[in-house]
Amino acid sequence: MTTNDAFISIRNVGKSYGTFRAIDSVSMDIAHGEFFSLLGASGCGKTTLLRMLAGFESVSSGEIFIDGQPMSDVPPYRRPVNMVFQNYAIFPHLNVAQNIGYGLRKLKLPRAKQDQMVDEMLDLVQLSGYGKRRGHELSGGQRQRIALARALILKPKVLLLDEPLGALDKQLREQMQMELRRLQRAIGITFVFVTHDQEEALTLSDRIAVMSGGAVLQVDSPSALYEVPKTRDVASFIGNMNFLDAKVTGCVNGHAHLDVQGIGRLDFPSAGTTLTEGDKVSVAIRPEKLVLHDTAPVNGSKAIAGEIALTTYLGERSHYQVRVPGCDTPIAISTQNIRMHKPQEATIGRPVWLTWSDDALIVLER
Amino acid sequence: MKEGTYIKQPNRALQVYAIVFLIVLYLPVLFIPLFSFNDSIYVRFPMQGLTIQWYVDLWTRESVWAALQNSLTVGLWVSVISTGLGVVAARAITRYRMPGQSAIVTFAMLPLIVPGVIFGVALLVLVSRLGIPLSLYTVAFGHLIICLPFAIATLLPRFEGFDRSMEEASADLGENGWWTFWRVTFPMVAPGIVASLLLTFTISFDEFIMTFFLSGTDTTLPIYIWTQLRFPREFPAILALSTIILALSFVLVFVALWIGRLGVVREQVSATNAGS
Repeated sequence: MTTNDAFISIRNVGKSYGTFRAIDSVSMDIAHGEFFSLLGASGCGKTTLLRMLAGFESVSSGEIFIDGQPMSDVPPYRRPVNMVFQNYAIFPHLNVAQNIGYGLRKLKLPRAKQDQMVDEMLDLVQLSGYGKRRGHELSGGQRQRIALARALILKPKVLLLDEPLGALDKQLREQMQMELRRLQRAIGITFVFVTHDQEEALTLSDRIAVMSGGAVLQVDSPSALYEVPKTRDVASFIGNMNFLDAKVTGCVNGHAHLDVQGIGRLDFPSAGTTLTEGDKVSVAIRPEKLVLHDTAPVNGSKAIAGEIALTTYLGERSHYQVRVPGCDTPIAISTQNIRMHKPQEATIGRPVWLTWSDDALIVLER
Repeated sequence: MKEGTYIKQPNRALQVYAIVFLIVLYLPVLFIPLFSFNDSIYVRFPMQGLTIQWYVDLWTRESVWAALQNSLTVGLWVSVISTGLGVVAARAITRYRMPGQSAIVTFAMLPLIVPGVIFGVALLVLVSRLGIPLSLYTVAFGHLIICLPFAIATLLPRFEGFDRSMEEASADLGENGWWTFWRVTFPMVAPGIVASLLLTFTISFDEFIMTFFLSGTDTTLPIYIWTQLRFPREFPAILALSTIILALSFVLVFVALWIGRLGVVREQVSATNAGS
């Protein structure tokens, strides 16, 4: 993506608290109408970055542009963004309708028009008839919708969401995820969404920025992040991943020969990579991309032989830890239980063979 | 079988103690309204008979009305100014981290423990050095010093329990600092402000020592009562006056507590806002 069609452009933005560097020169572009997530563990700087977009934190270095305008000198109350707070920040002294209509004062609209706008928002978040209630009479999910309605009534160019689903229980959270996606499609504005929940980020986002230690590791679509992570950190943060130590033993005819722990020799196309002889790398594979067999494959295709070390039965699927000679850590496998799971399958020490399809393996720098 | 849980089991000794405590505390005070209706200028049993003549007598005294008016004027100004300063101070203390903050807070609270006599003498020396004549203004200034720590102490917990994201939400929705204060901060801390107004008014209304040092020819009600004690025949009227003040103080304190409790309920509401 080029800077030209970027709606939010974050240029070399850094944030320091004294000597502590909370955000270290981050750059990214967010397109108009995109559902963009900032994903990372707590303390990775994602919330700080969001608060910088809202104007609650100053930018120590670099610049944030929204719709082409530099934001450094714009106070929060003049920015074309609105925010849904982590704790919703519903004003306790106002009722639902007053909360939602809070930002309308400055528009100097006639009373009837204001009421109509509030009613439309109540409709949008499916809370019609709740206008006279107080915040404390409502459930967490309802308060969440009010916070959304209150932010959206001003028709912001960007909606910022700070872990808005964190306080909800699992079922409600999934319901609100659908709701958020529906809303975002319906109004078509840019959403910037902060979360530590990778599943949530994968479910909702058009693109995700994975953050760690104040830096951005990778910005990509959910499937690209999951299928082709660019670093070991991203690979292990999103989903589960098996890492096998490997060494490049040679590069011939556009192929790199790898000596992989527990597998032996494997060839990879080396085009577009920096693999050179002697490199120490990791070969990564997702647990669900390994196929478990009770007998050795007959056609001589590559397989890893090992024995079951641990079985975890989860109903719809089972997780196995397979100990492989030559590997330090057991390999994790996850299989869909498409046939009935029999207790004897869980026997420790049962010999098994693992196979995979060629595109399941990823080579990462160690 | 014993009733109650381990923690809540009845404790007879504690009950007796509580009753004795309350009697010792309030019995002397109860003699004041009792004898204010006594048809004799001497405070002794047996009582002579019921009368309201001392109340009627009060009603017709110019000097009582003048003193009452002075007390009310000083009380109103002092409560408003000390609460206003208290709001600013409490907000600053809870909002900003500054070097030596706890020292500053302790310093602001010092009038709570420094004896009034010392402050009174100190201020008297100061105003006489500066050549300022003693008046109700000097009285009000003295009261302000006494009341400010009470105002801060009343308001501080309310500002401490204040969720910062409320003000951020207001700013996010387009309101600048001024409007945010009036539309969010002020209504949310209003119960604390009312409680502080009532408390500081009561303190100013009752204050004796500072007033004694700093008042000129205009006196407040407590000083008036004290000067009248020299004349035995005035005593029943003083009892009547004290009874009225007592009743009004009770009402004020109860209102302050009641409003303070409303504030607590609100806080619980905003707490559930954050939780769940």
